[in-house]
Amino acid sequence: MRAKIWSWVALAIGFIYFLLPLIGTIEFSLRKRRGEYSLDAYRSVFEDPRFRETFSYSVAMALFTILVGVLIVVPTAYWVRLRFPRLRPVVEFVTLLPLVIPPIVIVFGYIRLYNTGSILPLTGTAMGTNFLLMMGYATLSLPYMYRAVDTGLRAIDVRTLSEAAQSLGAGWPVIIARVILPNVLVAVLSGAFLTFAIVIGEFVMAALLNRPAFGPYLQLIGANQAYEPAALAVIAFAITWFCMGLIQLVSRFSAHGRAKRS
Amino acid sequence: MPLHDTRARSPRAKLPLAWLGLVPFVAFALLFLILPTMHIVVGAFRTVDGTPTLQNLANLFQPSILAAYWISIRISFATALLGCLIGFAIAAAITFGGVPKAIRGPVLTFSGVASNFAGVPLSFAFLATLGRVGLVTVLLRDWFGINIYTLGFNLLSFWGLTLVYLFFQIPLMILIITPALEGMKREWREAADILGATGAQYWRMVALPILTPSLLGTFALLFANSFGAVATAYALTGSSLSIVPIVLFAQIRGDVLQDPHLGYALAFGMIVVTGIANGLYVWLRARTERWTR
Repeated sequence: MRAKIWSWVALAIGFIYFLLPLIGTIEFSLRKRRGEYSLDAYRSVFEDPRFRETFSYSVAMALFTILVGVLIVVPTAYWVRLRFPRLRPVVEFVTLLPLVIPPIVIVFGYIRLYNTGSILPLTGTAMGTNFLLMMGYATLSLPYMYRAVDTGLRAIDVRTLSEAAQSLGAGWPVIIARVILPNVLVAVLSGAFLTFAIVIGEFVMAALLNRPAFGPYLQLIGANQAYEPAALAVIAFAITWFCMGLIQLVSRFSAHGRAKRS
Repeated sequence: MPLHDTRARSPRAKLPLAWLGLVPFVAFALLFLILPTMHIVVGAFRTVDGTPTLQNLANLFQPSILAAYWISIRISFATALLGCLIGFAIAAAITFGGVPKAIRGPVLTFSGVASNFAGVPLSFAFLATLGRVGLVTVLLRDWFGINIYTLGFNLLSFWGLTLVYLFFQIPLMILIITPALEGMKREWREAADILGATGAQYWRMVALPILTPSLLGTFALLFANSFGAVATAYALTGSSLSIVPIVLFAQIRGDVLQDPHLGYALAFGMIVVTGIANGLYVWLRARTERWTR
């Protein structure tokens, strides 16, 4: 009985701590018009052309990052499981490195390694820098993407599926695209939505590479305006919530497979 | 002998071809993760002309930089410790605290959202809540006559930043520790009860020793998580609070230390700190998995 009271106390403290900032932000975002609540802050955000530009830039970045991430992670995770099981700890270690090396250090390395005077002057052109930023995002999402896909692969019999496909005459690209990928689609989608949530608000890499992304725009608005930042925070929170909701939704579709495994 | 036979039967080109499958990943990891980091690490041990030196690292030991590391380490330690304690309490409440099962799902979903809600928007949320005209600040003043700012509270301070970081630290703890708590077998509790152990004895002599590696491991992960965070602090304080990532940010933008190789050393120091924290995490994690398997 005492444990039960303590449980409720812990939950209540957590509830208050997490709810107050959300209420505070929503309330603040409605205060732009003097004396009454209004959606003026949101209107001014949506009317700002820079909002649309930076937001669509970051969305495009997120989509390309997901594409690159899937193209690198799915074949690698599959290949390691099938052919190099003994290399798995090594590959896993590499995929976890982005959690150890702070993003600011990684992007610092990019700036110095790919500057205009180097062999591969990626930061010299806008397209090159976009490419570099995308690769940076792919690096940031690597731990999540790899773990999601690898867990997905654990649930299927990779070897049998591959042999069956091979004996029907399928080549490696066909096996990966039409046999393996559909089987780990739920895992890939979870990784993709998480990547989306990470990329959309990312600040450090975009700011230091000087790209017009959503994160630096948020920071700029925060430094210069009063009510719009709160509105933007509500929008950003809604996007994160939406991505996590989608992850829940797709994993519910695979609930049957999950139940069997555990 | 059988191994030899299979090799003899398969075409000779097979082994190199299999390795080709790893080329995209290796190239990606080298070009965009390992080489850039190595460049920084090597740069930390070199002078501008490229001769090896330890002077850059020695230059880190100046008061302003040491102070930056010290406050960073203190904030990371405080947020990791409080994050672990509060997160553990909430995770314990939803796993075996006797609250309705229906609460568990929403708590975990919300943790997934909140642990990813870091960076610039998070700082906006706290400014709107506990800033000088934030909702809570105003309500406390109007309803109870308490002005938290005259009482010495400041969002742009050590405790202010700690309070903000907890918003993503606590959920991360909940997400990591809940599976560990669920792995604790009911039989252990029953066995302890049968042998006459009290609740406190069960916790002190059975549960905590089993959980210690994963608790310490998660602590290390939370520490590194907070140590590398830039965006939240930058959007909240500008460059007024000199924590290491903020100093490094300013250095990369405008060489404020007026010594590029000191910047490398600063970044190298960050890798060392987060590397130690994560090394502990990996090591302790390996020790826990024996129990949760």
